[in-house]
Amino acid sequence: MTLSNFVAAFLTLCIFSFLYKENPFYRFGEHLLVGVSMGYAIPLIYDTVFIPYVYRPIFLDHNYIIIIPAVLGFLYVFRYSKNLSWLARYPIVFGMGIVGMSVPMSMHSQVLVQMKTAMLPLDNINTILIFIGTVTILLYFFFSKAHKGAYGKVTNIGVWFMMIGFGASFGYTVMARISLLIGRIQFLLGDFLGLIK
Amino acid sequence: MKRQIPLMIVMILGFLFVIHTFVPHKISADFYDWWQEWAKAISPFAVVLGVISLGMVHGTKISRKAPNWQYSLVTVLALVFTAASGFIWGRQEGTPYMWLFKNVQMPMSATMFSLLAFYIASAAYKAFRARSAEATVLLIAAIIVMLGQVPLGMQISRWIPDISTWILNVPNMAAKRAIMIGVGLGMVATSLKILLGIERTYLGGGD
Repeated sequence: MTLSNFVAAFLTLCIFSFLYKENPFYRFGEHLLVGVSMGYAIPLIYDTVFIPYVYRPIFLDHNYIIIIPAVLGFLYVFRYSKNLSWLARYPIVFGMGIVGMSVPMSMHSQVLVQMKTAMLPLDNINTILIFIGTVTILLYFFFSKAHKGAYGKVTNIGVWFMMIGFGASFGYTVMARISLLIGRIQFLLGDFLGLIK
Repeated sequence: MKRQIPLMIVMILGFLFVIHTFVPHKISADFYDWWQEWAKAISPFAVVLGVISLGMVHGTKISRKAPNWQYSLVTVLALVFTAASGFIWGRQEGTPYMWLFKNVQMPMSATMFSLLAFYIASAAYKAFRARSAEATVLLIAAIIVMLGQVPLGMQISRWIPDISTWILNVPNMAAKRAIMIGVGLGMVATSLKILLGIERTYLGGGD
């Protein structure tokens, strides 16, 4: 058993201890995770973002115009100032400008393309079912007409499609979590205790 | 003016981006490259905001000796030590920084997510107890998809993996597609609200 395995196993058990109830070991692990995660991000972002996009252009390539966005970025810090917090709006709004692009792009990729692929080609029972499901679900979310009579029956088909879809998504999510759990159990019983090969 | 100028910037940039999407001219491409270059130069400073926020929350707890302040000390020390190890010894394989990632951060994150397997199961039990026909359909779909992912499903019936694949590719696809269309329309509406200055919550409070 190496020190690395011992530390990883101890911290794994600290987190698992929450299954019993909240306790000092879990809280220690939880706070440690927050600190280490944030501490991990700082040098990573410094090396992969700050150096190539701020330091190198200004100090090595002498592209002094980059000083302007660097100063804009620094204005984020004023978010915590009582009198100057309005200055932090400038780096935020510079990023927010991209929403202009999301208007035509979302309309194209998430609406028009999806509608087209839902309708064409309707050449077998599965594509017809997908089409019926998509239309009935969309009708279910149309609240300007009461869901009564024939319309209510149509929207009810949409509910059934949604329930199957939610069930499938749920099953998929559970299996993803279970595979993570199996990974941790394999680590504890295999790498740490050596009980399984 | 403290709110109006930022709003004007969003509107001008936003409409320039709308034009950029439809006009494949060099000026339009240069505008996008310029925005990307500046946005990348602005982005690392957001980390400073995160560090200050974390420092303020935990620093206050430590200085006031609030209940359980010792845990805040663990967070601050872990942050300082991990960040310092990355700057002092580098980020390559075999350094203390990578050791912390592999033996502290990664096992704990994976365990934290795996905990959800237990809670999702108990939540499912409470939610699914087949109270209605719709809930029963949801439960059956979930069980078939779960069994379709493991060898046990194949052992119960050779049809289970096929039915699981069909559920994922047909009814699930219909549901996902309809939701995606709804989300797309929602994104367009929200983006337009931001562009036209109707939605202003991102500016924060104050004057």
